[in-house]
Amino acid sequence: MRYAHTLFALCVGLLGLPTHAETPAEMAATYAQAAGGKASAEAGKALYFREVQKNGKAISCATCHTKDPKAMGMTLAFREINPLAPIANPRRLTDPKKVDKWFRRNCDDVFSRECTPQEKADYLAWLLSVR
Amino acid sequence: MKHCWLPRLVLSALMLCALPSVAGEHGEGGSRLLLTPPNKAYKEECASCHMAYPPGLLMASGWQKMMGGLNKHFGSNASMDAATAKEITQFLTLHAADRATGRFQSKVAREGGRDAGVIRISETAWFVRKHDEVSPSVYKRKAIGSVANCMACHRGAERGDYDEHAVSIPR
Repeated sequence: MRYAHTLFALCVGLLGLPTHAETPAEMAATYAQAAGGKASAEAGKALYFREVQKNGKAISCATCHTKDPKAMGMTLAFREINPLAPIANPRRLTDPKKVDKWFRRNCDDVFSRECTPQEKADYLAWLLSVR
Repeated sequence: MKHCWLPRLVLSALMLCALPSVAGEHGEGGSRLLLTPPNKAYKEECASCHMAYPPGLLMASGWQKMMGGLNKHFGSNASMDAATAKEITQFLTLHAADRATGRFQSKVAREGGRDAGVIRISETAWFVRKHDEVSPSVYKRKAIGSVANCMACHRGAERGDYDEHAVSIPR
C-alpha cells in the first residue's frame, strides 16, 4: 500500500497537477494573469465587504471571516476558520486546489454565482495587501 | 445512604478503568461512545465547515441522498470533485446506522424504519425521541445557535461522547 501511494504521488507529480505548494504572492500573480494582468486590492476589499440579501439576512464574506481578515472566523455551522490574510496565516493561499475550491463554494454561498476571474484576482490582491 | 458508598466507589473505579480500553481497542463494537474510524477526506471536505457528524446517526440511504446534492447542502455549496465525493460516500455508508455494528448505531437503526432517505440527523426518529424534552427555543439561544451545534450541549460530541448525564445546556 505504501508503495502504491508513493507511485501515485510520483505519477501525479509527473503529470504536473497543481499539488505543489506556492507562495501567496505566486498565487495572486497567477490569478491576476488569468484576469488579464490587472488586480485591484481596493476592488477586492469592496468585494469582501459587499453585502447581499440571503434568506432575509444581509451577508458578506465578512459574515464568517469577520471584518478583519487577520482574525479567526466562524462558519455558519460553528467551525472556527483560520485567518484569510497570509500575514496572519502562512498556510493560506499556498494550495491552488484549495483556493479554487473555496472560491467555488463561497462565491456561490454569498453571491449565488461564480466569481469572475477579475473578482478573484482583486480579492487575492487585497488579502496580500493586508498588513 | 451512608452504607453504600464503598460498592459505588468500586464500581466507579471499575468503570474508569474499563472505558478507555473499550474506546481504544474495540472500535465501534460494544462501546457507549459513538465511534467512527477517522477519515482524512471527510475531515477535510466536511468537517472544515461543521462538526464531523458521526456517520452512524443517519441511514445509508440518507447519506447517499445527501452526497448526491452537495451543491445545495442545507443552503451552502459544499461541492467537491467526483473522486472525493465517491470516497466520502463510501465511508459514510459503510459506517451508517444500518450498516455499522456498534450498539449506538444499532439503536439508531432500530428506530429508523421511516428514516430511509432522511438527511437531517435532527429529523431521525431516534434523535427526535432523545431530544423530545428540549424546546425548539432552546436551540436558538445565543450560546447554541441551532440544533446542528451538538457540541454546545454535548461537550464530548467530537470524540463520540453523547452521554446524557454529561449534557450541559447553556443558558
